[in-house]
Amino acid sequence: MPDEPLIRFDWIVDNIGEIGRRLGEHLVMTVIAVLVGFVISFALALLIRRYHALAGPVLGVSGVLYTVPSLALFALVLPFTGLSLLSAEIALVSYTVLILVRNLLTGLDSVPPDVTEAAVGMGFTPSQRLWRIELPIALPVIVAGLRIATVTTIGLVTVTSLIGQGGLGYLIVTIGINQFFPTPIYVGAILSVALAIGADIGLLRVQHALTPWARARASSG
Amino acid sequence: MEFVDSVAAWLLDPAHWAGPDGIPTRIGEHLLLSVGPLLAAVVVALPLGLYIGHTGRGAFLAVNLSNIGRALPSLGILGIFLPITAGLGLGFGVPPTVIALFALAIPPIVTNTFTGIREVDPELIEAGRGMGMRERELLAKVELPLAMPIVLAGLRTSAVQVVATATLGAVLGTGGLGRYIIDGIKQQDDPRLFVGAVIVALLAIATELAFAALQRAAVSPGIRASGRSAPALAVDARPPI
Repeated sequence: MPDEPLIRFDWIVDNIGEIGRRLGEHLVMTVIAVLVGFVISFALALLIRRYHALAGPVLGVSGVLYTVPSLALFALVLPFTGLSLLSAEIALVSYTVLILVRNLLTGLDSVPPDVTEAAVGMGFTPSQRLWRIELPIALPVIVAGLRIATVTTIGLVTVTSLIGQGGLGYLIVTIGINQFFPTPIYVGAILSVALAIGADIGLLRVQHALTPWARARASSG
Repeated sequence: MEFVDSVAAWLLDPAHWAGPDGIPTRIGEHLLLSVGPLLAAVVVALPLGLYIGHTGRGAFLAVNLSNIGRALPSLGILGIFLPITAGLGLGFGVPPTVIALFALAIPPIVTNTFTGIREVDPELIEAGRGMGMRERELLAKVELPLAMPIVLAGLRTSAVQVVATATLGAVLGTGGLGRYIIDGIKQQDDPRLFVGAVIVALLAIATELAFAALQRAAVSPGIRASGRSAPALAVDARPPI
């Protein structure tokens, strides 16, 4: 390794196909984790709003799980589901749920009570209230949670290479660190950061597109 | 049940409690690997955060440091330093790991110290000035005590992050509890990797609880009396990677 330049551009050019494939795998694993995590979190948040007694246990367990190192969480599921995509996604989804449940609850709680009352007065059913009043108002907070969950997941997916998965971690660990070859380490790390920043900006764009009223208010005020 | 038995058998084997690959040795290595970088990060990041918070200079840096820290995968940071330390002839396992842990521990402390100092009520600072306090006294007697819960929340985030990421040092060949997981995966030794994962998880949770207790104990009695005794959450809390 000492004689090796930090980045060998000829390697990048020769392996552009492999790099692209790993980037694609990384993206797919991230999207699965965030989507599945969001669906589970959404159901949990609605349950907690109906049965408030659940709030303590769910948030308590998620607080403890939050401190468990990712490699440990991957290792804890390994004996049961093996070196598989399922093992990776179980751990990844757990982390996204931890982030998203809190944000969904904070977002839904941020709806002013008089707005909810006005909706009740206008004859909205509970589900109409949720979909047409509460969720739109909570959207900025929910998207903020999605951004944190997505950026975090993109970082965590690199670790899944240690349990036999692909993604950018394959470049960093399997052909980088394990073979003392710097170029793929840097390519993997840089692409991972770029992916995280791109996803963050993309989600912010989505939020702006979905909440045109917020922009109108910001520009008029 | 078979798996539970094999885990119990692994734990009961005296060979796993002694020697260079014994549980006490691995826990000791893990803590040794974590303490140095964390202390070094405090020495660098705390004054930096205090300076930025007090003067307002470089606030842009403090805010963006945590965002960049969040986007950079820890495994990537570990990997980035490997060719550099190897190239400089410093070696492969511990040096790049320790530098990466140090780098990882800095942003939460800087950002939280900065935020804590910034959030101190300006009227209190004015009152201090009116009493004839010098800048240094203001910082030490007014701003820092009031900011202490948030400063310590940052330290807590860093500590948990360092303990968690020290596990990944095993990928570069360091000792510590990550060895059980990495070796367990390679040798398809499920009890080994499972026990390693449980101990790492417990160590991270213990670190979190210890720093939460420190946070409670170090808050000035006056602030505690005012009802703000719950440990503050770090500004950029994220799961340790």
